[in-house]
Amino acid sequence: MSLTSLNEVRKRKVNLYDSFRTSLISFLIILYIMRVAPFIISTVVTSALIFALNKQWGSIPPMGKFLHPQYGFWQNAEPAAQSFDADLSFANLKGKAEVYFDDRLVPHVFAENDEDLYFIQGYLHAKFRLFQMDLQTKAAEGRASEIAGAKAINYDKEQRRLGMKFAAENAMKEIDKDPASKLMFDAYTNGVNAYIGTLKESNLPLEYKLLNFKPEKWTNLRTALLLKMMAKMLSSGTENDLAYTNAKSVFIPDELKNLYPQVPDSLMPIVPKGTAFDKPGIVPVKPALADSLYFNNKEMVTAKEISKPDINNGSNNWVVAGSKTQSGVPILSNDPHLELSLPSIWYEMQLQTPSSNTYGVSLPGSPFIIIGFNDSIAWGVTNAQRDVKDYYDIKFKDDKTKAEYWFNGEWKKSDLRVETIKVKDGKDVFDTVAYTVFGPVMFDKSFQDTTKGNRNLAVRWTAHDPSNEGMTFYKLNRSKNYDEYETAIKTFESPGQNFVFASKSGDIAIWQQGKFPARWDRQGLYVMPGEDSSFMWQGFIPQAENPHSKNPARGYLESANQRPVDSTYPYFIPGSYITERGVTIEHYLSGMNNITPDDMMKLQNNYFNTLAEDAKSILLGFVREADLNAVERKYLDIFKNWDLMASPDSKGQTVFQSWFKNLEAGIWKDDLTKVKPMLPWPNEETTMEWLKRDTAFKFIDDINTPEVETLNDIVTVALKNASIRLSKAEAEGKLEWTKFKNPTVYHLLKDALPAFARKGLNIGGNNNIINAVTHSHGPSWRMVVQMSTPTEAYGVYPGGQSGNPGSKFYDDYIDNWVAGKYNKLWFMRDGDRMDKNIKWTMKFKKG
Amino acid sequence: MKFLVATILTAILAFIAGLLSFSPWWGFAVTSLLVAVLVHQKAGKAFLAGFLGLQLLWAGLAWWVDMKNNGVLSEKIANVLPLGGNTIYLIMATGFVGGLVAGLAAMSGSFLRSAKSIR
Repeated sequence: MSLTSLNEVRKRKVNLYDSFRTSLISFLIILYIMRVAPFIISTVVTSALIFALNKQWGSIPPMGKFLHPQYGFWQNAEPAAQSFDADLSFANLKGKAEVYFDDRLVPHVFAENDEDLYFIQGYLHAKFRLFQMDLQTKAAEGRASEIAGAKAINYDKEQRRLGMKFAAENAMKEIDKDPASKLMFDAYTNGVNAYIGTLKESNLPLEYKLLNFKPEKWTNLRTALLLKMMAKMLSSGTENDLAYTNAKSVFIPDELKNLYPQVPDSLMPIVPKGTAFDKPGIVPVKPALADSLYFNNKEMVTAKEISKPDINNGSNNWVVAGSKTQSGVPILSNDPHLELSLPSIWYEMQLQTPSSNTYGVSLPGSPFIIIGFNDSIAWGVTNAQRDVKDYYDIKFKDDKTKAEYWFNGEWKKSDLRVETIKVKDGKDVFDTVAYTVFGPVMFDKSFQDTTKGNRNLAVRWTAHDPSNEGMTFYKLNRSKNYDEYETAIKTFESPGQNFVFASKSGDIAIWQQGKFPARWDRQGLYVMPGEDSSFMWQGFIPQAENPHSKNPARGYLESANQRPVDSTYPYFIPGSYITERGVTIEHYLSGMNNITPDDMMKLQNNYFNTLAEDAKSILLGFVREADLNAVERKYLDIFKNWDLMASPDSKGQTVFQSWFKNLEAGIWKDDLTKVKPMLPWPNEETTMEWLKRDTAFKFIDDINTPEVETLNDIVTVALKNASIRLSKAEAEGKLEWTKFKNPTVYHLLKDALPAFARKGLNIGGNNNIINAVTHSHGPSWRMVVQMSTPTEAYGVYPGGQSGNPGSKFYDDYIDNWVAGKYNKLWFMRDGDRMDKNIKWTMKFKKG
Repeated sequence: MKFLVATILTAILAFIAGLLSFSPWWGFAVTSLLVAVLVHQKAGKAFLAGFLGLQLLWAGLAWWVDMKNNGVLSEKIANVLPLGGNTIYLIMATGFVGGLVAGLAAMSGSFLRSAKSIR
């Protein structure tokens, strides 16, 4: 063997040894990894699962957290035997207080002073209704996208461009000016936050767990926002300026006057007919150029409101004097009609201090009792329906920057607000809003028609003006007589309300109260020129001249969203008035005597259809029976034999409603679709009155056909068209009125949570009927108060005291509300602290 | 015996973790893993013990809560989730989700113990 080969062998040995060693190490590592691998893989899989269960997937909540019985929704399943007893102490309180809950979970708060009273009201609102307060004020501010994501961006833009936050900020300035009112609002805010401070993951309201977000701290601004939300709901949808502006390009002024008349023939005004009005304190003057720049300006608008409030946001209230009642004392009734929701917009409570004692319903998000009674008086509200919002054409120097606008002969600087809209699962959206002397420019090139561009329209709205509506309720809660009531409501500006009143001393009264512009004839029906001050509001109707009546000889007063006064009132007061309910109420009240609270409850649940009574002669007089087939004749017979009551099982109401809707379509659709977007149809009573006056009026003809249609043609065709829909409904077993309209109280999140709604409620009525229940809208609180000693009061709302869908108190009043039954309201006294009505006690003290 | 001890211990510790305010909702995953390390069983058995421990705990708690609530909420939630309004399914689903997390965590614990034991 040579030397070299020996070396080779050695090398090979070394190599062999090396590779053996490497292999061994590798083998051990692999062995180790194989040992550890399962652990690593298993841990990764576990973590991934936890991650997946901790995340929201679209509308599916984080399932791990959500299903966890100690954190998630099970925690919101309130035991049926839940106790609400508690001993609580908070540093912000000044003294001691007790809250006594009765068996309906209505709190009766006994505090030593006002500040503690409103602290506790805030605490209780938050404890039982936090989600709705949080959601509604966020939506009011234009922050819905933070919860709902990108689909709410345009809604948010509109809220901001309407100046909702601007309005709330102005209200805040007014609140801060008055130290006494600031104290109350601060106390309320502290109470809400005291409750929020006690929240843990596990006891968050259910909706937060479903939507996976957290409640935000309360502020006085949020209280102001809530009141502005009410202002929007009640005084922003009461004009049709944009649509009317477009109508002007198609119809001549006289036609418009007839299509949308100011004073209906059948009107029963709030102020009894024949009441004399004072000479007007202000006489607005029509600008010299009104004809050329305004009435004859045929320029169209493309802008349209996205979230225009429901026209049916109305209400009934009435009061009868002792002369008409069995007891000899006044009885007051009120039922505000709003979108029905779970949780309800109202929260019932009694608020007592040594110097005041008030019972009624409150708005979660605001201190005070809004509708109710105390030891001396009772009050209620309905909506005034007045038009308090106008649009002005703005000319910007540069439509892009919106920095300057032309006003009174010069370029004036706009106040630019950059709005940042935060979007869930999306990027922030920025929107610049220009504020002018009129108000914010709501519509412009960047909103909402970005292709063709809108005219720049600034909004003038009374809700923007600084005012402190809360203090009206603070004072009303403590009013002892008519004079104090009058003082309390004087400063109430927005939204305009009809405050009905009764006192133990026997007075009855009503005031339509608000801040209303004094307009020249037809001012503000259409978009107005905004290049100078000549078309601006020249002033406001003096408060003392607001429509009102006290102790009329007839012994009753009522309001139901109708025009408040007849044509002798010296001001031009447009609005979205509803006439029929007022007529029905007058009809009943005028004929009633020896009235009892029970009678008033029955009246609130009345189903009489005044419109149908009016329409019956026209429908039956003009329908050509010979042209009807068997099915159509069957529906005609149902209508003929109908008792005019919109009761739940009524088939006649369904037939009438379909027939009349088709008749309206037959008359108006061809004419009004000439305007885009389509005009709102004239009111039902306008159509009715027109038909009564002139059965051959020009709009009856269908302009899309060569023939000239007569009323006979239109009425007959309307029944034929209605029959198609009715047959379909009948085949589905839905000819009974309640099945046809399917009354439903939705959860606030509506279609997102259908399981939380109460559907198919067996209740009749309609928006033009006293019991004003439509598909999802209607009497949100019914109250009847007899001013006897002791006060006898009844009330019910379609919901329950608890906002928690997992509580038996979530919807426990609904069945009573449907049946027209009431809860007797227990006006608790100091001496009742040991009463058997008390189920639970919550004790508050400083600490 | 070991299996039973692991199952019961998993359930008890998970319940305690759920009471601790500082613990995230998945605290029981950590305790389930620990139980599997302490009471060593083969992976499959560990999984089953963890799964069963939480299944029993969560479904049991849910059932108890539901009974006291007269089913007011569970019926609504069983409609929000695609369970056709069936509250029994909802209670079972609750137990299953808790069980799955705990089972996997316990399996990890078992593997961890095995990995350590070769040294």
